[in-house]
Amino acid sequence: MTSLADRPVNPVVGVPVAHENAALHVTGTALYTDDLIVRHQDVLHAWPVQAAHAHALVQDLRTAPALAVPGVVRVLTAADVPGVNDAGTKHDEPLFPTEVMFHGHAVCWVLGETQEAARLGAAAVEVDYEPLPSLVTVAEAIEAGSFQGAQPTVSRGDTSTALATAAHRFSGEFEFGGQEHFYLETHASFAYVDEGEQVLVHCSTQHPTETQEIVAHVLGLHSHEVTVQCLRMGGGFGGKEMQPHGYAAVAALGSVLTGRPVRVRLNRTQDITLSGKRHPYHARWEAGFDESGRLQALEATVTSDGGWSLDLSEPVLQRTLCHIDNAYWIPHVQVHGRIARTHKTSQTAFRGFGGPQGMLVIEEVMGRCAPLLGVDPTELRHRNLYVPGQTTPYGQPVRHAERLRTIWTQLLDRAEVERRREEIAAFNAAHPDTKRALAVTPVKFGISFNLTAFNQAGALVHVYKDGSVLINHGGTEMGQGLHTKMRQVAATALGVPLETVRLAPTRTDKVPNTSATAASSGADLNGGAVKNACEQIRDRLAEVAARKFDIHPDDVRFVDGTVTGIGFHDRQMSFAELAHDAYFQRISLWAAGYYRTEGLHWDGARMQGEPFKYFSYGASVSEVEVDGFTGAYRLLRTDIIHDVGDSLSPLIDVGQIEGGFVQGAGWLTLEELRWDVSDGPHRGRLATQAASTYKLPSFSEMPEEFNVHLFEQATESGVVYGSKAVGEPPLMLAFSVREALREAAAAFGPGRRSVELASPATPEAVFWALQEGRRVLAADTEQAPAPATSAAH
Amino acid sequence: MSDIRVTVNGRARDGAEVGPHTRLLDWLRGEGLTGAKEGCAEGECGACAVLVARPDGEGRSRWTSVNACLPPAAAFDGQEVVTAEGLGTAGGTGTPAALHPVQQEMAFRGGSQCGYCTPGFVCSMAAEYYRPEREAPGAATEAAAGAQTGTEVVGEEHAADHECGPNGFDLHALSGNLCRCTGYRPIRDAAYALGTPAEADPLLRRQDRPAQPAPPTRVAAGGAQFVRPGSLEELFEHLEDTPDAQLVAGSTDAGVGVNIQHARPPLTLAVDRLEQLRTLEVGQERVEIGAALSLSEVERGLAGRVPLLDQVFPQFASRLIRNAATFGGNLGTGSPIGDSAPALLALGASVVLASAGGEREVPLDEYYTGYRQSVRRPGEIIRAVRIPLPPARYSAFHKIAKRRFDDISSVAVGIAVHVEAGTVTSARIGLGGVAATPIRAHAPERILSGAPWNRDTVLAAAAALAGEGTPIDDHRASARYRSAMLEQALLKFWAQNALAPDMEVSR
Repeated sequence: MTSLADRPVNPVVGVPVAHENAALHVTGTALYTDDLIVRHQDVLHAWPVQAAHAHALVQDLRTAPALAVPGVVRVLTAADVPGVNDAGTKHDEPLFPTEVMFHGHAVCWVLGETQEAARLGAAAVEVDYEPLPSLVTVAEAIEAGSFQGAQPTVSRGDTSTALATAAHRFSGEFEFGGQEHFYLETHASFAYVDEGEQVLVHCSTQHPTETQEIVAHVLGLHSHEVTVQCLRMGGGFGGKEMQPHGYAAVAALGSVLTGRPVRVRLNRTQDITLSGKRHPYHARWEAGFDESGRLQALEATVTSDGGWSLDLSEPVLQRTLCHIDNAYWIPHVQVHGRIARTHKTSQTAFRGFGGPQGMLVIEEVMGRCAPLLGVDPTELRHRNLYVPGQTTPYGQPVRHAERLRTIWTQLLDRAEVERRREEIAAFNAAHPDTKRALAVTPVKFGISFNLTAFNQAGALVHVYKDGSVLINHGGTEMGQGLHTKMRQVAATALGVPLETVRLAPTRTDKVPNTSATAASSGADLNGGAVKNACEQIRDRLAEVAARKFDIHPDDVRFVDGTVTGIGFHDRQMSFAELAHDAYFQRISLWAAGYYRTEGLHWDGARMQGEPFKYFSYGASVSEVEVDGFTGAYRLLRTDIIHDVGDSLSPLIDVGQIEGGFVQGAGWLTLEELRWDVSDGPHRGRLATQAASTYKLPSFSEMPEEFNVHLFEQATESGVVYGSKAVGEPPLMLAFSVREALREAAAAFGPGRRSVELASPATPEAVFWALQEGRRVLAADTEQAPAPATSAAH
Repeated sequence: MSDIRVTVNGRARDGAEVGPHTRLLDWLRGEGLTGAKEGCAEGECGACAVLVARPDGEGRSRWTSVNACLPPAAAFDGQEVVTAEGLGTAGGTGTPAALHPVQQEMAFRGGSQCGYCTPGFVCSMAAEYYRPEREAPGAATEAAAGAQTGTEVVGEEHAADHECGPNGFDLHALSGNLCRCTGYRPIRDAAYALGTPAEADPLLRRQDRPAQPAPPTRVAAGGAQFVRPGSLEELFEHLEDTPDAQLVAGSTDAGVGVNIQHARPPLTLAVDRLEQLRTLEVGQERVEIGAALSLSEVERGLAGRVPLLDQVFPQFASRLIRNAATFGGNLGTGSPIGDSAPALLALGASVVLASAGGEREVPLDEYYTGYRQSVRRPGEIIRAVRIPLPPARYSAFHKIAKRRFDDISSVAVGIAVHVEAGTVTSARIGLGGVAATPIRAHAPERILSGAPWNRDTVLAAAAALAGEGTPIDDHRASARYRSAMLEQALLKFWAQNALAPDMEVSR
C-alpha cells in the first residue's frame, strides 16, 4: 500500500514546468472575468454610490434623478433584495446599508447601458445623511472600548512569575500598518441567467462556494440554482476570499431584475476604498530573558483593527496568536487578542492571515532587545529557535524542529554571512554617510485552516476513451500555479504525459461545497482529492490491464502514457488503448475524488490543540544599504532557504517564494495606508487610494542579488507526493529586510542601542531612526568634541 | 461622431464608436483585444501598455511603449499600434504556437504568475528589445554607470549593474510596469536573456521606414470634441474660440483627470504632432526644446548635453510615461510637484510662450503666479523651453520619494553651482513639493553666491534651505521630513562634490 507522500518512478510532479497558462499570459489571450463581457450582448454596467462620511445614517435616498439620466436602466437598493440583504457570513454586512460605516461605503448601485451612464446616474442619486461620531484609528477604538468578536487568549505556564524572576525584562508598545492587496485585477463579477435558467456568475473569487451561497441568499434561491465560475484571477492574496461576494450579489441581483447580463468591475479607486485590507495592529509587550539571552516569558496584548465588520477578523486574530512565537521556544506565554471596531473598510484575509502580524511582534522583541542584552541579533534568534520535543504555546508539538537549525546553518554558509559581515564592517568604517547591514530571520508557519472543517476538498476527473484526461477541482487559480500543480499530480497518479491532462475551469456545479483557496492549502487539499480521483480510475484500469496481461492488478505499472507489468520488457499497451478497452468492458472512467486532512483538532475557546498538519520552515538573510542623507535604501542581496517538502513544481515554488518575499518586503518597508484621521470634512477618507499614492514594490525594491534555495531531502509524510504548502510562509521571510534596516540605522549611532523603527520602514521612518542614533552619538561625544561627520548637526 | 482609423497588429480598424473621451485602452478592449488591461487607470502599473510606431529621426520609426489607459483613442488616428496579441500567438485550438522572443523568455522563465500584468510587461520589454541603441554590453554598462540616479552616494556602480543587463537591456524600460506576484526576478532574467532581433523580424524592419504622419483629426460626440489641428495657426484659431480648451500632448496628466476626476473637457486639442513644438536645437548659448517632444525624445536628442537633466530623466516617472510626457505638459499643468520645474529652475531655464500674436520668452522663475496658475494668457501655449549653455559644472537633482522607480516626489531639489578658484560664482536652487508652486531657494542661493566653496558655507546655506517654502504634512511625507530633506540635499551635494578637482582648491 502506498502512502500519500510516495512518488512513483518518473513522476511528473517535481519537474520544473512553466505556469500552465504561460503562453496565454504572454500573448494577452488568457481571459479574466472582465474580458468576458465583449463576448456578450446588451451588457449592463454597475456603478456604486459611495458615501463621503466615515459614519452616518442614510435618512433618505432618492433614485428618481438617476433614472432621468440617459442610459440609466435601474438603481439597485435594499428594496430590490428578494432574499437576505447581507453580503457576508456573519450577518453584519448589509449589502445595501442604512448606516454608513466607513468613508466610501456603497449605499446603492446604478445600472447603465454604458459605464459612463452608470457613473453619471450614481452622481445623480440624492442621499441625505445624518453624520455620526466616528472612530478612525485603533487608538480611538481602544480608548472608546469599541471591540467586536471574541477576545481569545493563548497561554502557557506562569508568565507573571517568569517575568518577575527573569534576569532581563523589557517592554514596548508599537503600532504597525496594514496592507492593500493591490491584486492587479480589481474585483470583477459578471452575471446572467443562462440558457438552463440558472444564475451564472463569473467571478474573480478565491471562494466560489461562499460566493455562490451569498448570491443565493441575497436572491432567495437555493444553491443549486446558482453557479459560480472562476476561470482565473489576476491575483488574490486573500483579498478575494471573503470580499467578492457582495459584488457578485450585486451583479446577480441586477441580472435577475433586468434579464440582462450585468458587469460589476471596480475601478482601482473603488476597489481600494471599498475592499478590506491586511489588518493593522497595535501591540503592547513585555518579555523576559535569562542570563544567556533565552526567552523566558512573553506577555502581550495585540489589538487588530478590524474595520467596520467582522469579516475574517476572528480567524485572522487566532492565527496571530498562534504565530506570535514564530520559530522561538517561549516557556511562559500569555497573549491576549482583541479586534477593534473602527469606521474603516472591513479588514480581511491577506497572505499570512494574521500570522505575519504575530511574528512581527516577536521579531520586534528580538530586534529591540538584542542590543540591550549585548547579544548579536542573529545569535539571539538562533539561540532561541525551537528544538525537537518542544511544543507551541497552544500545545502542538513542533515536528521537524531540527529543520530550523539545519536551514539556519546552511543559509549562513551559502550566503557567506561571516565574510560579508567583515566586508560590511569595513564598508561602514569607511563611509560616514552610508551604512550597510545584514540580518537573518526565521519562519515557522502552521499549515491548515485553523477551523478544522475547512480542511477538505473535492475533485472530478474524467478519462475519455481516447485516453485524454480532464480534471476539475475545487481550488481556484490566482497565479499561484495551483492548476499547474494539479495537472502534474493527475499526470503522476495516472502515469500519463502532462500534455494529455487538461484542466477545466473551477465551477461550483462541478465540485460542490469547496473551501476557499486560502491558507496556503490549495495544493495540499485539492492535490489530495485529485490524486484520490485519479487513483480510483487507475485502480479500475489496473484490473482491466491485469486481465489482459494475466497478472495481479497490483503488478500493473502506469508510466508516461504506457501501461505494462512489473518486470515486463516486451509487453505493453498505451494508456489510450487501455481506456478504450475499459469502456467496452463497461468500466467507469471517471471519478469524484475527496480528501480530508487527518489528525487535526482545535479548541478555539481554549486556544489549544493541534490545528496544523505540519509547519513550513525557512530563513532568509538580507543586506541593505542606507543613505544617511535621506533614509533611502537599497536591498543589495537576499538569500533564502525554504522548506516546501519535496516540491511538486520547483519553478512554481521558487516563484511563490520570491513573490511572497517581495510582497512581504513591500508591507514592511514601502506600502503605507494613510487615512484622514483629522476632524476635517474628509475624516475617515483613505488618502492613499491609488497606485500613485500607495506604492507597491517595483524593480527598484527587488533584491539586486536574489538567491533562493529549496531545502533538500524534505519529504513531508502525509501530504500529497511529500510536498508542503508554499503560498503564505515566504512572505514572512521579509522580516530580514526590516531587521537589516534597523541594524543599518543603528550603525549611524552608538553601539548597544535599541533602535525604534516604524512599520512600514519607509525612507522617512529610516531617516528618523538613524537621525536619533546620530543625536545620541553627538550627545555622547559632546564632552570630547570629535571631528564631525559630514551630516551630523 | 467621426471615424478614426488605427492600424492594430497590422490590420486597419475603423473606430466608429470612438468618442472624444474614449481611451485607447477601452477602444482596443471593445475591439476584442482584451490583452491590455486596466490595473490603475493612472499610468502607474503598465498593465495597459502597448506599442506604437513613432518617428525616430530621418526616415525611421521606433516602436515606443505607451500606456493605453491615459490617451484618447482618437490621438492614435492614423497610427500603428501593436498589442501583446500582435506580437505572437499562444497556439491551441486552431492556431499554431508562435511566441515572440520576448514572450518566449517571459513564459519559459516563470515571468508570469497571475498573468494580468504580463501583456503590458511584454510590450514594454518588446520596445526595449527593438531599441536601436541597445547593444554592446561594454558600451551599455558604461552609459548606465554614468547616469547617476541621485539617490545614492556610493551605490551607483552597484545599481548600474543591477539595472542594465549583459545584453544592454535597460531595466528602466520596465520601470512603469508593476507585478504583484513574481517579485520581478524572473522578469529581469527574461529581459537580460533576450538576444538580438532576427534580421528579417518584421517589427525590426518596420523601424527602417518612417512612422505614419498623424493626420488632422476631429472626433465629436455628446457635445465634446477631440481635435488634432493640422497646423499651429489652426490651433490658435481653436484657442481663440475656446481659451480654456484642454491641451494635450501625451495625455499623461489630462488622462488621469479623465479617469480619476472624471473630467470631461468639451474641447481637447492635441498638440503632440505639431512640428513647431517638436524641435530640438542645441546652439552655443542655449538649448531649445520643443514643448511637445516626449521626454524620451529629449533625453536621446540631448545625449548628455545637460548633465542635470540626465539625472532627472531616470527619476521622472517611468519609461512608459516619458515616452509620452513632455516638458510642455509638465510645466503647463503647473503642478508644484512636477519633477522638471525644480531642475529647470536650477538651470535658469525660460519658457517660450506663443500665440497668434507672436512669441515671448518668460524666465521660469517668473512663470508661476500661484497654485496651478501662471502668466500664460488665454490663447497662449508653451511652445518651447530654453536652457542657457554652458550648464553649471556641478549640478544635482535630488528627488525624495518612497520608491526609487516611478514615484511622485515629496520633495525635489535641483542644484546648479558654478565654482571658480574656490569661490561660488553662481548658485541656483529649484525646489518642488514645498510650496504652492515650484520655487527658487533665494536665501541659500544668496549665502552661496560669492562665498568660498567650503563646508561652513554649505552648512549655512543648508540651514537656510531647510527654512525655504511652507512644506505640509501629507500621505507622502511629513512637513518635518520635507524640511530636513531640503537641508540634507545640500549636505549630500557637498559630500558628492567636495572632492571634485577644482573644488578642492578651496579646502
